[in-house]
Amino acid sequence: MDKVFKALADPTRRDLLDRLRAENGQTLGELCARLAMTRQAVTKHLVLLEEANLVATARRGREKLHYLNPVPINEIAERWIGKFESGRLQALSDIKRALEEGTGESR
Amino acid sequence: MSKPKFVYVTYIRTTPEKLWAALTDPQTIRKYWFGITAQSDWQPGSPWSLKFEDGRTADSGEILEAVPGKRLVIRWRNEFKPELKAEGWSRCTMEIEMAEYYPDFGGKAAKLTISHELEGEGTKLVEAVSGGWPKILSNLKSLLETGDVAFER
Repeated sequence: MDKVFKALADPTRRDLLDRLRAENGQTLGELCARLAMTRQAVTKHLVLLEEANLVATARRGREKLHYLNPVPINEIAERWIGKFESGRLQALSDIKRALEEGTGESR
Repeated sequence: MSKPKFVYVTYIRTTPEKLWAALTDPQTIRKYWFGITAQSDWQPGSPWSLKFEDGRTADSGEILEAVPGKRLVIRWRNEFKPELKAEGWSRCTMEIEMAEYYPDFGGKAAKLTISHELEGEGTKLVEAVSGGWPKILSNLKSLLETGDVAFER
């Protein structure tokens, strides 16, 4: 779990996860094309995300596709959110989203 | 076949044999899949279906590949929501391998990779399926490692 928190502690890596969430299954080239960063820097971040199991990969021919893997984040939720709390927390998230709609993304 | 719509990976402190049993035993599946269970004899070419507790069919399909402890490929279609059924067939691949992950478990764990591809176009089926997998996988991991599930529903 240390690796997950360490990986998530960096805004660039969270940005990479957001990009995969918006469009899953991107190649390194596709991810680099939309970032003002060198290929090497992006690769380094992806390695850390893969080691934390936040990014999963699949091969298609010679291409390596990157996918957002939310399973470790779910495990974090499961550790601190009680069995019967999820309904109430969902309601809170829904209220927050409804009230904040149009006021920009909350981070 | 297009590229996978999603790929999920979880590492579980268990053996490939126990993980395979958890993926194919109807009584075990029910424990981590929120009451839904699967019916099949898990032989290539055999029918496969997911059933609700009341016996209705949630999804149906066919086993395409089955290598115990290693690889399971299912041709999969939704049966209970017309808009999802209309999107047609998908293909779900489950792969098991031993991997380095837990330093405190001899450094080894069973790595389960689940990916889903659509044969045609569409997004609703994949959205529906992908919304469920992270919780199902957390439950499966928790069940195999601790004997209890994390989420009841």
